Amino acid sequence: MPLLSRHLLGLYGVPKEDIQLILDTAITFREVLDRPIKKVPTLQGKTVVNLFYENSTRTRISFELAEKRLSADSINFSVSTSSVSKGETLKDTIRNIEAMKVDMVVVRHSAAGTPQFLTKVCSANIINAGDGIHEHPTQALLDMYSIREKLGKLEGLKVCIVGDVAHSRVALSNIYGLKTMGAKVSVCGPSTMIPKYIEDLGVDVIYNIDEAIQENDVLNVLRIQLERKAREYFPSVREYANYFGITNERLEKSGKDILILHPGPINRGVEISSDVADGMNQIILRQVTNGVAVRMAVLYLLGTLN
Amino acid sequence: MKLILKNANLINPVQNLDLKGVALLIEDGIIKKIGDISVKESNSDRTLDLSGKYIVPGFFDMHVHLREPGREDEETIISGCDSAANGGFTGIACMPNTEPAIDSAEVVQFIKKKAASHLVDVHPIAAVTVERKGEVLSPMAELVEAGVAAFSDDGTAVKSASILRKALEYLKMYNLPIIEHCEDESLAGGAMNESINSTLLGLPPIPSVAEDLIVMRDILMAEYTGGKVHIAHISTKQAVEMVREAKKKKLNITAEVTPHHFSLTDDAIKTYDTNSKMNPPLRTKDDVEAMIDGLKDGTIDCIASDHAPHSPEEKEVEFEYAPNGIIGLETQTGLVLSELYHKKILSLEQVIEKLAINPRKILNLSVPLFEIGEKPNFSIIDLDEIWTVDINKFKSKSRNSPFHNRLLTGRAIGVINNGKMFYNGEYLNL
Repeated sequence: MPLLSRHLLGLYGVPKEDIQLILDTAITFREVLDRPIKKVPTLQGKTVVNLFYENSTRTRISFELAEKRLSADSINFSVSTSSVSKGETLKDTIRNIEAMKVDMVVVRHSAAGTPQFLTKVCSANIINAGDGIHEHPTQALLDMYSIREKLGKLEGLKVCIVGDVAHSRVALSNIYGLKTMGAKVSVCGPSTMIPKYIEDLGVDVIYNIDEAIQENDVLNVLRIQLERKAREYFPSVREYANYFGITNERLEKSGKDILILHPGPINRGVEISSDVADGMNQIILRQVTNGVAVRMAVLYLLGTLN
Repeated sequence: MKLILKNANLINPVQNLDLKGVALLIEDGIIKKIGDISVKESNSDRTLDLSGKYIVPGFFDMHVHLREPGREDEETIISGCDSAANGGFTGIACMPNTEPAIDSAEVVQFIKKKAASHLVDVHPIAAVTVERKGEVLSPMAELVEAGVAAFSDDGTAVKSASILRKALEYLKMYNLPIIEHCEDESLAGGAMNESINSTLLGLPPIPSVAEDLIVMRDILMAEYTGGKVHIAHISTKQAVEMVREAKKKKLNITAEVTPHHFSLTDDAIKTYDTNSKMNPPLRTKDDVEAMIDGLKDGTIDCIASDHAPHSPEEKEVEFEYAPNGIIGLETQTGLVLSELYHKKILSLEQVIEKLAINPRKILNLSVPLFEIGEKPNFSIIDLDEIWTVDINKFKSKSRNSPFHNRLLTGRAIGVINNGKMFYNGEYLNL
């Protein structure tokens, strides 16, 4: 069964069958990753360009590895955002790359909507590897894969996304994907970090972290971007850690076993205390491995469409 | 030359004039006769049968960005005037955010000279402050003498209440308004209206309160100084309400709305279409309804396009990087007639008030009269023609319109002014 779309721009509007198909296909590739020879010839002869306008070592390596494991030829094209204003336009860049006969483009960009823009100016399959504060669909897919792997299902689960929801592309993709798969989604964070109108997406808002722990099966804890403008949105890191940080004390008080995910890299002692982070190492590293499998599934399904 | 326009409907609300199926004789650029034309008079160089069409006072767009001097690749004074004529306008006022800005008599004279022989009247609006920086008042008296119609730092609001106060007080000597782009600087800088759509699209939001704050400031400043403030491109429900209240108090506040703000919502951005990106941004359905109510009850005095040409290479980029603004001169009349007249929101008389009379009154310009001995300044309107917007047929040098392929009912089919006629795509000297 093929995917309904020839691009993966986000999880907004992606039907349940497609998400199911990607997650199920990822199981097969997850097995490949445990073999002694971790390579399949599936995308032999296909060329994938990783077009990264924003630094992201993890996501880029994960995609690059996924491409290599599928025997695709992969090329990295990293552009510093600072050169955008003086350099050539994105349209010219992508036309040039396309002229070299590439099949797929994985794009990371600080401006929302860039993957949509690329679909209008080039004919390759476009995969969104994160656009501004809009979407990061493969991260949400690997989060869902990891939850399903651990808890056996997504439907009916209560998942809370914790942190700077307003400036997170991971949050929006998770909300769309999880809701489509039948999970109940809430968000928790300081009110300045919860986007206006988020309730219109059918998402509950919780301002108390203990309540969030109490009422959910899964917490997906976002990284607080200390290096960015996000610092204007709360009084101090100390206050954030005290009121929204996940600590062992809080988890013990709740008296329940809750699954905690984190897209990484962690700010230890801010959104998650060091002891909790150490206890979570297993799942965080599994998320990373699963990320390669999920990206292989996406590349395979899009790359074999035509 | 002798021109006869026959079987036309003639409407001019300032004269309480409403004639059906009359003929007009224009000879050597002067209205010679209105009414029946005798057989003896009927030999002419040109006769147009305007059965079912309307002759109305020439439309005036008080908010146009000509890109000359500075960005002649996007629009020149002449191409902007051609665009205006093609859209049914006989007069425009052009904003000062050119390079250099319109902040000296030399730039005003340059623009007036370039436009001098055109059918379309061009009235420059000067910057309130030197280089629109919000620091030092522009040489206002000199600019008034050079013939500017108003003052504005459009693109931004006048930076501080203190400089606005001085400008309003100074301009009381000349009875000219300050046209304000109302936006609080500290809340500005986003890419679209803050709404459920900005959350869905992950675009940095501009909250409506950014506009409301400056509208409130400006109303209070107008009240305090007694000066005149014209609110440019009003777009929020709250702002309309504040202007309504200010008018009840008889303050010197007027307001304009653009066709895009009464006909589109931020749903238009869902495909990241940069031709739907402008500032103020497209708002919500509630705001659009408030614009309609404001037009109906007279809170909003006039309609202006905020015609803002941009080159394709500037617009064909990532949404957040695209410049703000769309062109509007050639779609405005059609949108007003389709969305306001045919939907029975405004009568034809009200349409004429908002497009021809009120903008001139705000700028202290005389309103064209249909009288023997007057120079004709008309727009000729076909209320019922159904047509499809085609950006490739625009006279403007730019193409950045969200209305491409939109079906409209009603358009201007010609204009007459300054001894010239533009009809069927050609200019004719009268």
